[in-house]
Amino acid sequence: MRNRAVLIALGIIALIVVGRLFFPGPAPHVSLKAEPVLHLGGLAIENTTVAAWASIAVILLVFWRASRTASLIPSGRSWQNALEIVLDMFLNLCNNVAGPRNARRFFPLVVTIFLFIFVSNYLGLLPGYHTIGWVEEGEHGSVWSEVHLGPLNVAILPFNAQQVEGLDAHAPEGATIGTLAPWLRSANTSLNTTLAIALVAMAFIEFWGLRALGFGYLGKFINVRRLLRGDIMNGLIDLFVGLLDIISELARLISLSFRLFGNIFAGEVLLSVMTYLVSWVLIVLFLGLELLVGVIQALVFALLALVFATVAVTAHGEEGHEAQPTHH
Amino acid sequence: MTDEGLKLLAAALAIGLGSLGPGLGIGMLVSKAMEALGRNPEAQGALFTNFILGLAFAEAIAIYALVVALIIKFV
Repeated sequence: MRNRAVLIALGIIALIVVGRLFFPGPAPHVSLKAEPVLHLGGLAIENTTVAAWASIAVILLVFWRASRTASLIPSGRSWQNALEIVLDMFLNLCNNVAGPRNARRFFPLVVTIFLFIFVSNYLGLLPGYHTIGWVEEGEHGSVWSEVHLGPLNVAILPFNAQQVEGLDAHAPEGATIGTLAPWLRSANTSLNTTLAIALVAMAFIEFWGLRALGFGYLGKFINVRRLLRGDIMNGLIDLFVGLLDIISELARLISLSFRLFGNIFAGEVLLSVMTYLVSWVLIVLFLGLELLVGVIQALVFALLALVFATVAVTAHGEEGHEAQPTHH
Repeated sequence: MTDEGLKLLAAALAIGLGSLGPGLGIGMLVSKAMEALGRNPEAQGALFTNFILGLAFAEAIAIYALVVALIIKFV
């Protein structure tokens, strides 16, 4: 038994070493900007946009499938039951953080943010993402071999692809040299996507704050009450605190969008570098890490939106007395 | 050293030094959270929410460093 375990371990190590020597993965190519896939008039459709549509389609399909045969008491193994577990978890979370009065108001936004980010992060790990696309010919990049597939002229990356810096002698005659512009790329690796989610979330949060507190909500940002009463010193301090609140509101936008973007983009870079270094067996560990990051970042974004919304609808005076019953 | 080399070094230093603090912070956060969980396992629900929030805020600082590094590298 022991011998067999040792043999399996040796086999795996041999596979890693041999795989690395004879079939290395393609060298990583990092592009901060999402590559355009199509040009419709003046509008460039980027690959992250296509991926975002794909994840919306997946969410719609799953929920349509689950609600097609919706019943009041779903059977044990139905899709409806599985989704209700998730939704119920989030409703409980909203109840815990925002209190029962606001939970149902915040719930749709929170759960939508979570589902979209979660699904697009997980879809981004599928094979096909980041691997199929146009080849942008250039001075440096990988050597592609051309394959004629009916009317399509496809370039494929050979497993032991050669890396070329500049057009030098060892590039084979007639081969295509360039970098890949994939058709699909994890939606949150574009700052546009994450900034859009953050903007929608902050717009809802400000709207809820205004609706709950009326013009008193704006008083948090421009507080002139004590200044008008003639108390110059404290009035100026209030004005300054208001300015800080405005800045922190903007910083929320930046940190929300960059946190998600940074995590997912860094994950993609990590995966492509690790594919190059240990393309066999060990890469699975990093894929597992990315699965963890994907769900945690989705949860963090949704939770932060929920907490910011709760803070926004809480009046200055009543903080800690009534609005957050179970939080403290 | 060329400008390009300096840029690479600056980006590496930005993210490397920038993730020192958040790394320590997250470590302390997790250790305290585990301690609290060990003492009072029933508090998991309330602990989890606050734990994730604290994690997010500690991590945000590393993200700022990452943004600076990306700006140095690509802009």
